[in-house]
Amino acid sequence: MTTTSPTNTAPGLDPVPPVASPARNRVRLKLGAGQQLKGGPLTYLALVVVGLGSIFPLYWTLVAASHDQQRVLDSPPPLLPGGRLWSNLQTAWDQAHLGKAIVNSVIVSGCITAATLFFCTLAGYAFAKMRFRGRGALMTAVIATLTIPPQLSVVPLFMMMADIGWGGKLESVIFPTLVGAFGVFFMRQYLLEALPYELIEAAKVDGATNIRIVWNVVLPAARPAMMVLGMLTFVQAWNDFFWPFLALSQDNPTLQVALGQLSASYTPDQSIVMAGALISTLPLLLVFVVFGKQIVGGIMAGAVKG
Amino acid sequence: MATTTPTRGAPTPPAGGSGAVPNGRGTWRSRLWRLDDLASPYAYIAPFFLVFGAFGLYPLLYTGWIALHRVEMTSLSTSEWVGFDNFTKILQDSEFWTAVTNTFLIGVISTVPQLLVALGLAHLLNYKLRASTFWRTVVLTPYATSVATAALVFALVFRADGGILNWVLHFVGIGNTDWGNGEWTSKIAISVIVIWRWTGYNALIYLAAMQAVPTDLYEAASIDGATRWQQFRKVTIPSLRPTILFTIVISTIGSMQLFGEPLLLQGGTLGSTGGNEHQYETLSIYLYNYGWKLGHLGPAAAVAWAMLALLLLIALINLIVGRFLRKSAA
Repeated sequence: MTTTSPTNTAPGLDPVPPVASPARNRVRLKLGAGQQLKGGPLTYLALVVVGLGSIFPLYWTLVAASHDQQRVLDSPPPLLPGGRLWSNLQTAWDQAHLGKAIVNSVIVSGCITAATLFFCTLAGYAFAKMRFRGRGALMTAVIATLTIPPQLSVVPLFMMMADIGWGGKLESVIFPTLVGAFGVFFMRQYLLEALPYELIEAAKVDGATNIRIVWNVVLPAARPAMMVLGMLTFVQAWNDFFWPFLALSQDNPTLQVALGQLSASYTPDQSIVMAGALISTLPLLLVFVVFGKQIVGGIMAGAVKG
Repeated sequence: MATTTPTRGAPTPPAGGSGAVPNGRGTWRSRLWRLDDLASPYAYIAPFFLVFGAFGLYPLLYTGWIALHRVEMTSLSTSEWVGFDNFTKILQDSEFWTAVTNTFLIGVISTVPQLLVALGLAHLLNYKLRASTFWRTVVLTPYATSVATAALVFALVFRADGGILNWVLHFVGIGNTDWGNGEWTSKIAISVIVIWRWTGYNALIYLAAMQAVPTDLYEAASIDGATRWQQFRKVTIPSLRPTILFTIVISTIGSMQLFGEPLLLQGGTLGSTGGNEHQYETLSIYLYNYGWKLGHLGPAAAVAWAMLALLLLIALINLIVGRFLRKSAA
């Protein structure tokens, strides 16, 4: 950030009156345009510091998971991975029923992602391209639901789930998050621009019913945004903690819930806990390494009109 | 449905028909088309409203009913009318007020630095950079980390004995901080977890908004002789105002919900009371402890309604501050 100090880094911006030579003027314009500024060494230095801060806790999860607890809590703490990673992973796996937890997490995140993609694309298409009474008000209502935290309804939700026989079951975690307001908004924003009216009209002239238009025109057009929304939803569903922690029982947890229980036991072994944390984080980190660009693009695209 | 689809809404009967029958079928069919056009949009948005109604709105109202009843975890199907007893119970509980204060304090010391750093970071990312996608992905990795993982790693980092932070700090002679048990240090520790997880995400949101600022605004400013800092303050920040307000609202709502971080900060069983002196007990922890650990769902529902009241209060403050800012900008 220190690179922005005007006196020493930006020669074009010192308080010279604007009646300078044309050449000089052009330089100034170039520097003045926010997007065209080149990052100097200090910019990179700052980014490296922030980057290391972002990565280090994850790296240290790996380090802590590969030593025994005593070494982890030693001073000075270990800064390089040790040799106990495999045995710690195995212990964590056995202690916290992680096998079942992984299967559960895959089921929960998979179902939520699939349902979110389908329903949010439908709703997003309706809000973006179809004309119907109450559209504006209903869209506002959708956005407004974003401001209601889940905490407000967990007590009755828990009772309802027990009542209909879903207590402690995966259904109780899947169904409340089947379709979210963010997804509807996200798909609407995308389809507003990506789907020309001409395509829909052409399909109508050909005699297609609405559901056929969705299937043959809307879904193909929405595919890029669905990719991004799918990843964002999966990340969120995979990491969700509060409601699953309250709703699921000890013998049928998702990964995050199992992790919480592992740590909330009376004398948790820290390196085992870290091994569990590693197991629960690795799949998402892999997704991130492969699709980081799309996820970044998705968040930024969703933000512009937010 | 789509097996026999002649030209849609065609005024003339399809070829091959004869006499009055196809004519009748034509109006019947066009009526179906009309119905399809009329009902389809509602059918497409119905799933959202059904799910929200069943698992969002209905429970929200139901919470109000439970808050006026005695409902125990051990017998969920029986309830007994108690009036406002649950509310008086929590309002007279000093632990509740501790939780309110903690939630508020942690909210402030996590949101303010987070958004300021995110703004600066977005500014850096807005430069023309080598491998810009790489940097953006790197600052976003904490977002891919779950609350549970983040809280557990930072629990080790902030540990009093053998914690990595204390080891680093002992080089400057202050290595004996008992982070988890201190009144302020525990709140700072929790805020650090929140800041770590969300700064990159907010930076990307700001970055997106920065890139939407028209370039000629900067050109005009620089022709007027504005320094970079002046441009940042007078052009970038005002253009970002709606986005900044949006992130403030989202972060405030988020900080009302803090649960995993305090629950797992010290590990073991301390989490469900927010530390041995409730020093980092948030409202969500208080709700969880009342409802799930102690098993009294009535007071837990009352806590939920208290949270709703607080949220509305914050929304009101946001509105007033926003209006004030807009006025002072004009």
